[in-house]
Amino acid sequence: MSRAEWKPPNATGKKIGVLNLQGDVYEHLDHLERLNVAFMPVKQVEDFEDLAGLILPGGESTCLARLLRIFGIDKIIIRKFHEGMKLWGTCAGAILLAKSLMGEAPHLGLIDIEVERNGFGSQLDSFTCEASVPRVASKPIPLTFIRAPKIISVGERVNVLLRMEDFIAAAESPDVLVTVFHPELTPSLDFHRYFARKCGLQPDVGNKITTVWDRTSWMRLARITANDERDGTPPRGSVTTGDRS
Amino acid sequence: MDAKRYELNVQLAQMLKGGVIMDVTNVEQAKIAEEAGAVAVMALERVPADIRRDGGVARMSDPAMIAEIKKAVSIPVMAKARIGHFVEAQIIEALKIDYIDESEVLTPADEECHIDKTRFSIPFVCGARNLGEALRRIAEGAAMIRTKGEAGTGNVVEAVRHMRTMNREIRQLANMPVEEVTGFAKVNGIPYELALKVKELGRLPVVNFAAGGIATPADAALMMQLGCDGVFVGSGIFKSATPATRARAIVKATAYFNDPVKVLDASMALGEAMPGLEIAAIPKEQLLAGRGW
Repeated sequence: MSRAEWKPPNATGKKIGVLNLQGDVYEHLDHLERLNVAFMPVKQVEDFEDLAGLILPGGESTCLARLLRIFGIDKIIIRKFHEGMKLWGTCAGAILLAKSLMGEAPHLGLIDIEVERNGFGSQLDSFTCEASVPRVASKPIPLTFIRAPKIISVGERVNVLLRMEDFIAAAESPDVLVTVFHPELTPSLDFHRYFARKCGLQPDVGNKITTVWDRTSWMRLARITANDERDGTPPRGSVTTGDRS
Repeated sequence: MDAKRYELNVQLAQMLKGGVIMDVTNVEQAKIAEEAGAVAVMALERVPADIRRDGGVARMSDPAMIAEIKKAVSIPVMAKARIGHFVEAQIIEALKIDYIDESEVLTPADEECHIDKTRFSIPFVCGARNLGEALRRIAEGAAMIRTKGEAGTGNVVEAVRHMRTMNREIRQLANMPVEEVTGFAKVNGIPYELALKVKELGRLPVVNFAAGGIATPADAALMMQLGCDGVFVGSGIFKSATPATRARAIVKATAYFNDPVKVLDASMALGEAMPGLEIAAIPKEQLLAGRGW
């Protein structure tokens, strides 16, 4: 009756992985499912085959960095990146991908940005707002900042996607996307769609999310197990991609 | 706390998923915990095992000590307030740390009322032994739940009991026809709207960690396989022979809870675990899980 790691039944061919070591993994999977792209949580070496892209989710960067290093996942990510796998880091994920961290050694160092961890303070300073990101969506996008880092500066080959008052909130190089906020915690699919295209996949264009999404939407993929759960069986309530209206 | 703030607070807890939250009593321990890969630390003067040994009234820790720990680490910091002691909670909120644990490990200040957590901006985590208790705390504004277990014992049996109870009751609720929900909610003291929400979701509507008696990597992986979202380790780390090694091992086992080879590797040569306590050997009035309702 143990909880199985869920792998979607149709996850063959090119897909987007979400690094499943710690953090808000299922929130990203939920968004990817709604876009009708193949996706899976990844934590073992063999999971990295056939990934067009990898999302490094929000979580605690010190914990994630440690797990990446001791299980050698950092080396796999770097190797796959050089073989063409695209990367997107949200919040802690952006910290892991940065080439430079204020006052400490960088981790994966795959995008030329400088990041300040905990740029705002404690949880009491977490906030939401809305902003226009013309490259990503035609309408303003809701943004959620949770104990967010700040991107202080970007290198030559890195484009700023969103600049806020005194920091950069989103940026990209040809192969790496970074956001210090959490699109996976909002009803907006825009950044996930943008990343799927960056990975060469064809996500659904219609925005089905606003009518059915709420804060607990990710939980349909992370239910308490029933007696019938076995390896490879999707949790009750989950659907294969594309079935949701 | 408005709805938006509550949502943000629940979402912070989502960032902790798959992680280990460690009890620490000073800056040095906090740094060991952070270095080991803890996703947050719980700052307190005495770990539960010592509170149990010393007896007397256990209160909120010295705010100066909590502040020092906050300054020393970059991961979220939590601190405990007594059940019902809303002024201790106000003080901790004014300290601007990240989370308050309204905890049965401290001596309750109110045997009838828990803190009205909706009046605060800071997120709260609360203990629960079953679904009803969890949902009453959520109705009061808790943004995160932990099963209580029996803190300071190094004995995982109560944590398992509470997690299994929670899961069983969630499954019952998920599988019953909707007209039976009113009665189920009444018997278990559950706010009806929340009962419906749990029925729809098939799980608690907030993150649920395991706590109280987790002492080994195997304990942590056990609780994760039972369906919790992460674990609290209290006395289990800094009451063991090799805290730094054990802390790292528990972080590894929690991340790869479903991979026996990696949990095996994490379990090798850890030295002595904390001495454990048989629950039946503890006088009834010294059991902590029964505090709060």
